[in-house]
Amino acid sequence: MKASDIKNIPAEKLRLANRGELHDTKFDTKPIGYFRDAWIRFRKNRASVTAAIIILIIMAFSVITPLVSPYKINFSVTSYSKKVPKSRVLSKIGIFNGQTKRERNDNAFVNTIGIGVGAADMDGRGATWEQGMENEYNPAKHIGDSYTKEGKRYHQLKVDVYLEEGFRYFQVEDDEYFKILEWQEKTGKQVIYPMVDTSSEYCYDSMNANYWYKTRPGRIEPISDTGYSVRDLKFDTDNLKDSEPLESNYLYDKDGNPKFYQNTGSTAKKIRVLYYNYYQYLYGFEPDYLFGTDANGYDICIRLAGGIRLSLTIAIIVSAINFIIGGIYGAIEGYFGGVADMLMERVSDVLANIPFMVVVTLFQLHYANKVGPVISLLFAFVSVGWISTASRVRTQFYRFKNSEYVFAARTLGASNTRLMFAHIFPNSLGTIITSSVLVIPGVINSESVLSFLGIMSLNGDQGTSLGTMIASAQPSFTQFPHMIFFPAFVLSLMMISFNLFGNGLRDAFNPSLRGVED
Amino acid sequence: MKYVAKRILLMLLTLFIIMTISFVLVRMLPQEEFLSASQAETARARREALGYNKPVLVQYGIYLRNIFTKWDWGTSWKIEYLKSPTEVLFSRMTPTIILNVYALVISVPIGILLGIFAALKKNKWQDHVISTGVMIFVSVPSFIYAFLVQYFFYYQLGWFPAIISSLYDAGIKMGMSQSAVTAVLHSGNTLKLWMSWPMFVSMVLPVMSLSFGTIAGLARFTRAELTEVLTSDFMLLARAKGLTRAQATTRHALKNSMVPILPMIIGEFISIMAGSLIIEQIFAVPGVGKLFLQSINLLDYDVFLFVSIFYTVIGLVGTLIIDLSYGLIDPRIRMGEK
Repeated sequence: MKASDIKNIPAEKLRLANRGELHDTKFDTKPIGYFRDAWIRFRKNRASVTAAIIILIIMAFSVITPLVSPYKINFSVTSYSKKVPKSRVLSKIGIFNGQTKRERNDNAFVNTIGIGVGAADMDGRGATWEQGMENEYNPAKHIGDSYTKEGKRYHQLKVDVYLEEGFRYFQVEDDEYFKILEWQEKTGKQVIYPMVDTSSEYCYDSMNANYWYKTRPGRIEPISDTGYSVRDLKFDTDNLKDSEPLESNYLYDKDGNPKFYQNTGSTAKKIRVLYYNYYQYLYGFEPDYLFGTDANGYDICIRLAGGIRLSLTIAIIVSAINFIIGGIYGAIEGYFGGVADMLMERVSDVLANIPFMVVVTLFQLHYANKVGPVISLLFAFVSVGWISTASRVRTQFYRFKNSEYVFAARTLGASNTRLMFAHIFPNSLGTIITSSVLVIPGVINSESVLSFLGIMSLNGDQGTSLGTMIASAQPSFTQFPHMIFFPAFVLSLMMISFNLFGNGLRDAFNPSLRGVED
Repeated sequence: MKYVAKRILLMLLTLFIIMTISFVLVRMLPQEEFLSASQAETARARREALGYNKPVLVQYGIYLRNIFTKWDWGTSWKIEYLKSPTEVLFSRMTPTIILNVYALVISVPIGILLGIFAALKKNKWQDHVISTGVMIFVSVPSFIYAFLVQYFFYYQLGWFPAIISSLYDAGIKMGMSQSAVTAVLHSGNTLKLWMSWPMFVSMVLPVMSLSFGTIAGLARFTRAELTEVLTSDFMLLARAKGLTRAQATTRHALKNSMVPILPMIIGEFISIMAGSLIIEQIFAVPGVGKLFLQSINLLDYDVFLFVSIFYTVIGLVGTLIIDLSYGLIDPRIRMGEK
């Protein structure tokens, strides 16, 4: 038989050599693919799984907070700036109760408790110390020991910093005044308290509405009905309950009733308000700052959520763009090699060697005014960030492009693009995904560093970033550690979690580690 | 040699391209106007000489010519009025270098020892403690532990000052008279003051903050390298020919694991000149990093450009020396080249 005859054997002469069962037995187990295998090994890594859960929690926090919080990202009350955390729910278990330790001398101590007494004196007929100390608006929540130093008496106490603001004077229009009265009627909470006779010689400070009681003329010490002052020990500050009550210094009308306002114009009134309740009248909710407030009176919780969203959004966008640009660039480099590879390597070499700080600064100087700081930061990240991804992809392509399966596909007539992206790319996907995930903590870190250093400035009503929050808390962080603690803690947590998560992915996608850890 | 020459040539080419890009981008920024008339007059004359009204590439030609003929890198208008950027930069090098040398001298031995210890105790609790600590210190941004050390060692304990003290205060503390300190400060020869004990005490916190990251990075790297070497075949052979575990580790494993670690340390030593932007900002160190930030905030373009080029050079030289030192340290790599 000639060789050419083999091709021309008629069909009917052919028959199957084995008509019966095939001898290969089917696998009883399910086949495990690359990604499934990685997933199985990732699940065994407890640290990485925990990290992934923490990341999910942080993400959920940043998304859910704006939905449930009464505050907006641009909501600021400057009177309540640098206040410590206060949450009505958590204060029941003794944390986040808005209290700070204070040390007060006699006069300041009387003034602090005086806020409570003033708040108890709702109709201006006078209130006792006992009523004041038991009043819910008394800022002194816990009175500790007192001691004498250099002849002066000092009192240790814990105060609620929100109630400590006490009373304020405000100028309001008539209709505003009636609206407040209406609100008082409806809620049963008193906002407007009897007006102080600020022109009286007994008024120590005509701007500070917490001096509603009579003081010795020109002096800070209060006087009582019988004319004694703190110095004369009629006020026993260690035992206020048995002391003489404070004598009020209110304005009275002709009939001797206390006045609740002072006319300052034909339609304007000066009133004295209890700020804690006035706040509720203005905004409709009680001050409830879970993480406290920052130096500008913003709610740290909602700003923190905004900062996390910004960091994560930038990081994920950068990671995705790097994945695409770096993937294509590296694939071309690695697949074609030769001159194309050399030239493209030079280009990425130049870009990679420009210090990142310089790149960012130049982008900020050129584009921050035109497109905003965040977009120019994105440009900066993208313009040099893809290089490391590209070099990883390039290495993978060099590794796989001469494999037998690539030859086989080429023999079957697959095009270059098909070979690159349908055959080689999926094999290097594990490495590339890992490097893309590890880009995220890098971006988060750089973003916080840049905004911390002020190279990218992000503050104000539009939003903020974690770095800016930390930088603006820095000047007074020893006094108000809560302002720096929450952003710094969340930032550290995100960094650690993403690194752990990324490392776990890397190990999971690395088949040579299979069975090593067990 | 041929390889070295090729690498240097490539490096110079890269540097030239980066310089060109940076120059063009900086010159395209709008120039600041000057407030006082005399300053504006000086600036106008200077800019006329530098060809500010000519096309950017001509300006670049003038810039390069000035550098090669007069070593003239431009003028600082904001930071130190009318001084040259080279002078401004080199006056900031002393604190940066001293600070970073202290940090490296502390962190290199600690980092390597921790790494070796962790590798030898692999998968025991000591290793887990060290690895967890390393993970935390590698991940957490350095400004956060800068705040932590400030909070504890300055605010709570009061052991060290929060920020670096001024040379003047240090001189007074050393018992020098006011006029003597002023004389030293004016002479510009401040190295002795920088090395003094009061300055050292005030540098403890920034040095600490700089060290944490380096210690953690080195420990992680050393552990990874050493564990790999410890499981290799020649270690088995060493044990088989009768060496004890300690002997085999010190004579064979450590030496081999140092091959990639030494270049890393060399790289760290080169990059000490760049300084850390964050640490210098937080601890008010008048160093190179602070200068870079100042040049950005005050828009002192010539200084900004010079510091940028300086950073580029350090980065390029660092990479080059790391690559070449592999060959010096490891004969196998040297042989492979030929």
